[in-house]
Amino acid sequence: MTYWQDVWDRWQFLWEDRGDGVTYFQWMISAWGYTVAVAATSLVIALVFGILIGTLRTISGHRVISAFAAAWVELFRNIPILVQLFIWFFVISELVPGMKSLPGFVLACCALGFFTSARIAEQIRAGIQALPAGQRNAGLAVGFTQFQTYRYVILPQTFRIIIPPLTSEAMNIVKNSSVAFAVSIPELISFAMQTQEETSRGIEVYLAATLLYALTALIVNQVMSFLERRTRIPGLTPQAQGAH
Amino acid sequence: MIEMKSVSKWYGATQVLNDCSVKINKGEVVVVCGPSGSGKSTLIKTINALEPIQKGEIWVDGIAVHDRATNLPKMRSRVGMVFQHFELFPHLSVADNLTIAQVKVLGRRKDEAKKRGLQMLERVGLIEHQHKFPGQLSGGQQQRVAIARALSMDPIIMLFDEPTSALDPEMVGEVLDVMVGLASEGMTMMVVTHEMGFARKVSNRVIFMDVGGRILEDTTKDEFFGNIEDRQPRTREFLNKILQY
Repeated sequence: MTYWQDVWDRWQFLWEDRGDGVTYFQWMISAWGYTVAVAATSLVIALVFGILIGTLRTISGHRVISAFAAAWVELFRNIPILVQLFIWFFVISELVPGMKSLPGFVLACCALGFFTSARIAEQIRAGIQALPAGQRNAGLAVGFTQFQTYRYVILPQTFRIIIPPLTSEAMNIVKNSSVAFAVSIPELISFAMQTQEETSRGIEVYLAATLLYALTALIVNQVMSFLERRTRIPGLTPQAQGAH
Repeated sequence: MIEMKSVSKWYGATQVLNDCSVKINKGEVVVVCGPSGSGKSTLIKTINALEPIQKGEIWVDGIAVHDRATNLPKMRSRVGMVFQHFELFPHLSVADNLTIAQVKVLGRRKDEAKKRGLQMLERVGLIEHQHKFPGQLSGGQQQRVAIARALSMDPIIMLFDEPTSALDPEMVGEVLDVMVGLASEGMTMMVVTHEMGFARKVSNRVIFMDVGGRILEDTTKDEFFGNIEDRQPRTREFLNKILQY
């Protein structure tokens, strides 16, 4: 009995005031909020640019466009995320006029979003190339422009194919958001490190942070599998779609 | 209606169409046959510019298809095309497959498009399947929906690229029935097919192509089938092989 009492007691620091009227628990929840906000904003940036660049990579006959898209992918996926983050903070924000006044949150989201956009672009490209070539012809044959063919025929099918890899990517972005501590974004890891220093409760603090990361990933997973069920095409499995 | 003048096409160094000239008048049904690799599918796809050409001219109802300045989507919206593998849009219901291009390309109102689409679905005998998705239909049914989709655009000509080659034998008939019906109503059609029975029954002319993308014969149906002794040796060989069984 005293063992469990001891365990219970060890967690009580969460309700303590850290010195400015905010308890460690409130801080943790706010830090979790930052983690979710960084991940969600980065995901939006990653999706917008990933879809755009991935689509451009499949357009044939335009050398400049496909070279640009290929360069984008190689640039953002070949440099470690931490290095990219520092480049946004210490190089781009210094050299590009107007960037200096941007909040760190925005820069961190750009770093994470652009990094992930390269990966999503590759998934989009693979998804598009997995479709039967005849679908493009069928779209063009009914009179769609190239843009309409992508909008109404190719991309709606591509999104369904890439939901599983996209789920991993969304979960990755939650996990990768932890690097934002390095530029002083008050997210979960930053909370954990500081609280550990202030309270010496390293075990509890890191266990709590771990649980919150796992919980977030689980929610992302559930949302994505809901999307997958909602968009499932009657009478068609992704395998059958690729095969015909 | 359609005129191809000395059309040639290469894939790299390989010539796939060699100086092809074809003329199709309004209301004509022209069957294109020949061994695989002879360029029949490529030939029919050049008509709506799904395959670009390097030499020659293609005119569809007075529009220069070979001209880079031509508005290709607009031209294509007037040419119906049916593919070997159906190529219905699998993520859309049958009804949406029939209406989406009418709305987005022709600018028709939704109710108007739906009415036209369902009329065409009715005529291919599948009206009760309008709420299904392509993956829930048999191959023959999918191909009939694909024909209805093309017809909903009120095309001036229909192109068929091996429309029955991917079908189970017992489904070939239902698709050919629809095509025979179209032909008898005066639709201008160009059909790449090995169905010689169809060619005999409804075509006006038969074009025979041989490897290398050359048109060896372009003659009336009666001449093609009735006078086999007068055909080129290559044509005779081909006909003997496929008519043997």
